[in-house]
Amino acid sequence: METIKVTIDNKTVEVPKGTTINKAARKLGIDIPVLCWMELHDLNIENKPAGCRICVVEVQGRRNLAPSCVTKCEEGMVVKTHTTRVLNARRTVMEFILSDHPKDCLICAKSGNCELQAMAHQLGIREIPGQEIAAMSTYRKDTSPSIIRDLDKCIMCRRCEMMCNTVQTVGALSAVNRGFMAAVAPAFEQNLEHSTCTYCGQCVAVCPTGALTEVDHTPEVLRALADPAKTVIVQTAPAVRAALGELFGMEPGTLVTGKMVTALRALGFDYVFDTDFAADLTIMEEGTELLDRLTRHLNGDKTARLPILTSCCPGWVNFFEEYFPDLKDVPSTAKSPQQMFGAVAKTYFADKIGISRKDLVVVSIMPCLAKKYECQREEFSVDNNRDVDFSISTRELAAFIKQANIDLNNLEEGQFDSPLGESTGAGVIFGATGGVIEAAVRTAYEVYTGKKLSRLDFTELRGFEGVRSATIDFDGLPLNIGIAHGLGNARKLLNDVRSGKSQFHAIEVMACPGGCIGGGGQPLHHGDSEILKARAAAIYKEDKNKPLRKSHENPFIIKLYEEFLGKPNSEKAHHLLHTKYFDKKKKIIVKQ
Amino acid sequence: MSSIKIELRQEDVNKIKEICASFNNDPQELINVLHKCQEHFGYLPAEIQEVVSQELVIPVAKIYGVITFYSFFTMTPKGKHPISICMGTACYVRGAEKVLDEFKKELGLQVGQTTKDGKFSLSSLRCVGACGLAPVVMVGDKTYGRVAPDDVRNILKEYE
Repeated sequence: METIKVTIDNKTVEVPKGTTINKAARKLGIDIPVLCWMELHDLNIENKPAGCRICVVEVQGRRNLAPSCVTKCEEGMVVKTHTTRVLNARRTVMEFILSDHPKDCLICAKSGNCELQAMAHQLGIREIPGQEIAAMSTYRKDTSPSIIRDLDKCIMCRRCEMMCNTVQTVGALSAVNRGFMAAVAPAFEQNLEHSTCTYCGQCVAVCPTGALTEVDHTPEVLRALADPAKTVIVQTAPAVRAALGELFGMEPGTLVTGKMVTALRALGFDYVFDTDFAADLTIMEEGTELLDRLTRHLNGDKTARLPILTSCCPGWVNFFEEYFPDLKDVPSTAKSPQQMFGAVAKTYFADKIGISRKDLVVVSIMPCLAKKYECQREEFSVDNNRDVDFSISTRELAAFIKQANIDLNNLEEGQFDSPLGESTGAGVIFGATGGVIEAAVRTAYEVYTGKKLSRLDFTELRGFEGVRSATIDFDGLPLNIGIAHGLGNARKLLNDVRSGKSQFHAIEVMACPGGCIGGGGQPLHHGDSEILKARAAAIYKEDKNKPLRKSHENPFIIKLYEEFLGKPNSEKAHHLLHTKYFDKKKKIIVKQ
Repeated sequence: MSSIKIELRQEDVNKIKEICASFNNDPQELINVLHKCQEHFGYLPAEIQEVVSQELVIPVAKIYGVITFYSFFTMTPKGKHPISICMGTACYVRGAEKVLDEFKKELGLQVGQTTKDGKFSLSSLRCVGACGLAPVVMVGDKTYGRVAPDDVRNILKEYE
C-alpha cells in the first residue's frame, strides 16, 4: 500500500494514501474536535457530510481552513490543528449553531449525554453574540409510537439520514427545504408514523443532540407500580444486561445480570422475569417450524417454502411488511420473545397466581425502540388489554434506577424469579447478531438427528461481518445458513430470496448493526464500535457460564409444554405464540 | 407505516413511466425527470413523486428533499395567470415589497400559493433583466414596469 508522510502539530506520521487529516491526527493521539462526523469502524459505517465545520484545521499553503474529516492527506502536508485562527473559526461556527438552538438544556432528554452540549463546554462558549436579535427557526414536534422528533434541536449533521438511507435502506428520512427552513424529515414532511420508518431507532442511536429521542414510558410504569390493585411483572431482554452497567460508570462489556435483577426488585416489581425464557420458547416454536418446513421440502412438498426467516426483531418485521410484502409467508410465524412472554404471562402465569389479565401489568426492558411499537400492535392485545403493557429501553431503565437513588455498583447479585425467569445460554445469545440462529441450530440439530451435539460454540455463525453464511452438517444434511444485521444487508439477502437465487435453508436477520447489543435503545456508543464488540463478548460469556445451553433442555420450558401448551406448534401454541404479517406497501390506485 | 393512498389516472401514470423510461429509469437522472414531469403536468404533487419513486427506486423522502431544495420545482399548481414580482436589488429598492404586499392583500395569498378558483398564483423572482423599469411585475408573459401599489387593482382587473 502506498503511504505518505504528513506533519500535524509538528509531529510526523506515515499513513496510507487516502487517509483524512482527522484520522492521521488520531494516529498521533491528536483528537481534532468533531461534531457531524461519526464512524463505526468495525461495521463499515461513516458519516462525513463536512457540514458542521467544527473540525477545521490550518493547512500550510492553503488559503481557507480545511475540514479535517474529509480533507485527504498529501505528501509533505503540514497541518496545524489549534492555531488562533482555527480556534476562532471553531468558536464562531459553534456560536452560529447555538444561535439557532433552544437553550432548554436543563429539561432536555439528552442533557448530560448531548454531543453539542459537550462541544459547547469544550470550546468554553459562555455567550452567543447577537442572540437577542437573532431569529430562531421553529418546527413542529412529531411523536410516533417509538420516536420523538424535535427538529428545533437538529443541527443538520445528517447522521440520521445516513443511517436511515445508506445503512438501513429504509429511506424514511431526508434533508428537506433549505436555509433556515432546512430539516431532516419524511416525505412531504408527514409524521414518522405515515412514513416507511421501521422504528429501528438507529437514527436515535446516532443523533448527537436531543432532536431524535425515544418516547419515554417510565411515567406509565411508575404509575402502575404505585397502584396497589396491580401486580406488575418485568421481563429483561438479553442485550440489556451487557450494556446497562455502562451508564453506571462500568467498563463496556460488564455483565450486570444479578445487579439488574436486584435493582428491578428494589424498584417495586412484584416478579422479575427474563425475556431469555421466552427466547428459549421462541426456539422451540421457530425450530419446530424450521424442521417441519425442511422435512416437507425434502419430501418434495412444493408448498413448504424455504428459506425460513427469523421473526424476533420488530424493526425487521416492519421492514419486510413495507418492502417485501410479497414474501410475507417466508418468515417464521413465531412471535418475538417479548410478545411470547406477554402472551404466556397473561394466560399461564396470571392463572397460576389467580388474577385476571387486567390486573397484571407486563413491563419489558428492551435494547430496542421498535419494541415500543410492537407491543402496541393491535394483534397483540386481547379486549384492548395489551400482552405487553409498556416497553422501556436500557437508557430509560438506567435513568429510572438513578431516580430511585439506587447505585447499581453497590447491589447484591439477585436471581430471576421462577418460572418465567429460568433460561439457558441459547436464550442469552439472542442479543448478538448470529445468536438466534446459533440457538436454533443447537436445538434443531438434536431434535432432527436424535444425537447429542459434540460442540455448542458455533463460532462460524458469530462476528460483525454484515452478511455471513455457514453450512452446518446435520448428520449428512448440509444446512445452509445466512445471517444479516443492518437492514441494508438484510435487503441483499431478501432480494436473492425474491429472485429465487437464495441457497439458504434459514436466514437470521437483525435490524440493528451488531444485533440487539447495538439496538436503538442501548446506551449511546458515540461512534465507538469497540463498545459493541465488548457487549457481544459479554453475551457469549454469559452463555458459557450457564449450566444449560440448549433451549429444549430448559426444565421450565418442558414443564410449560406439559402443563399448558401441549407440543411445540400445537393448536394452543399457534394461538398464543404465533402471528401473521401484513402488507404495508404503499399502493398507487389508478382513478377510473 | 405508510398509510396514504394516492390516486392518479392511468394515462398520467403511463406518462410518468414514459418520462422515467426515456431516462432509462436511472436514479442519477432524477432532476431531469422532475423537470420533464413539471413541464408536462405544470407542478409536482405527491402522487407524481410516488410514481417517480417507484420507477427510479429512490425513496420518496429523497425526491421531496430535492423538490423542496430547488425553488424552480413546485408542488402547487400555478394559476391560469401566474403573477411574479421581481424582488431583485433594483426592484426591491424601488418598492417591490410594497407592491408584493398589495398583491398578497388583494388576492388573499402568500407567495407560492394559488387562488381557490385557480385563476391567479403568486410568486417572487430575482431580476428579469429590466431594471430600468423597476419595480417589475409579470403576469403570464406580459410585463408591467414602474408598478406602484396603487396600480395593483387595475392590473388584476385586466384578467377578470
